[in-house]
Amino acid sequence: MKLKQLEGLLGDLQQFSNPKVELEQYPTGPHIASRMLFTAENSYGDITDKVVADFGCGCGTLSAAASLLDASCVIGFDIDPQSLETATLNAEELEVEIDFVQCDVTKLELKGQVVDTVVMNPPFGTRKKGADMEFLSAAMKVASQAVYSLHKTSTREHIKRAALRDFNAKSAEVICELRYDLPKLYKFHKRKEVDIAVDLWRFEPRQN
Amino acid sequence: MRLITHNMLSCNIKGVTNGFPLKVEAEKVIEKEIDFNPDFLRHMFAKIEWKALVEAARSLGYAELPEDSPDATVIESAADESLLKKLHHALLELHLEEGALVCPETGRKFPVNKGIPNMLLHEDEV
Repeated sequence: MKLKQLEGLLGDLQQFSNPKVELEQYPTGPHIASRMLFTAENSYGDITDKVVADFGCGCGTLSAAASLLDASCVIGFDIDPQSLETATLNAEELEVEIDFVQCDVTKLELKGQVVDTVVMNPPFGTRKKGADMEFLSAAMKVASQAVYSLHKTSTREHIKRAALRDFNAKSAEVICELRYDLPKLYKFHKRKEVDIAVDLWRFEPRQN
Repeated sequence: MRLITHNMLSCNIKGVTNGFPLKVEAEKVIEKEIDFNPDFLRHMFAKIEWKALVEAARSLGYAELPEDSPDATVIESAADESLLKKLHHALLELHLEEGALVCPETGRKFPVNKGIPNMLLHEDEV
């Protein structure tokens, strides 16, 4: 599948109807989602024929992208039942099979490193401090091959240090810097739209 | 939820040491055919907890898998595709739509509605 085609399909997905600020629910836009998954597959072969988990999947944009790129099994995890309902509808619309599980990702423990790849757009930890790191820590425990995640560029050094020192990462690299478009979703947003710099990371977990 | 996902989930209630495998109580099961990918199944075989899969498949009304885990060499050889096809069906084509997952240690039930298991813990469980 071509990048443009992937982006087009993701652009038709439904997003949060009533976003919950405490969960930092921001949609992963089709531009970022398509590039993230396309790179994971075309540069590293981490998606096609793999088991892919999407942590904090929300309305399932990254899950859908993984399925469209022929992951063999995709599992989306999220705490919010309304988001999972929308995610289920999105999967049906695209005619892809995705399993969804309602749970608190930060408390999730699977049977070891049972998935190949985790993809996620975690909360950036602006409302609940450290939420991004809890997601990363959880992801590194279940992936055997790679973890792809988005984090604010301003936290780059911190992320790198924590991944290598605390989360059992063999490598941690920024693949590219992206502009994350934040539409005015919540009342406390003063400006119509802001653009923040985010890094797309690829972490390789050590085998336990 | 399919059994490939069930095979990864365990009960994470605080203090539970043996939260795997979750027992399956099925009220509604559906089947959806998907493409057979033998290479993927061979790759997955090493990661699967066989007994948990056999048990769960049986709870969904599918009893075709052999009780004892097949030898890895059988799975790797191209000869026996019938076994791989059974594995394919059990892991990827059976969906638990309505029912519950039950913690083997505490008996706590995690409901499954519209195919989505709710594994959220109560405050006193974390």
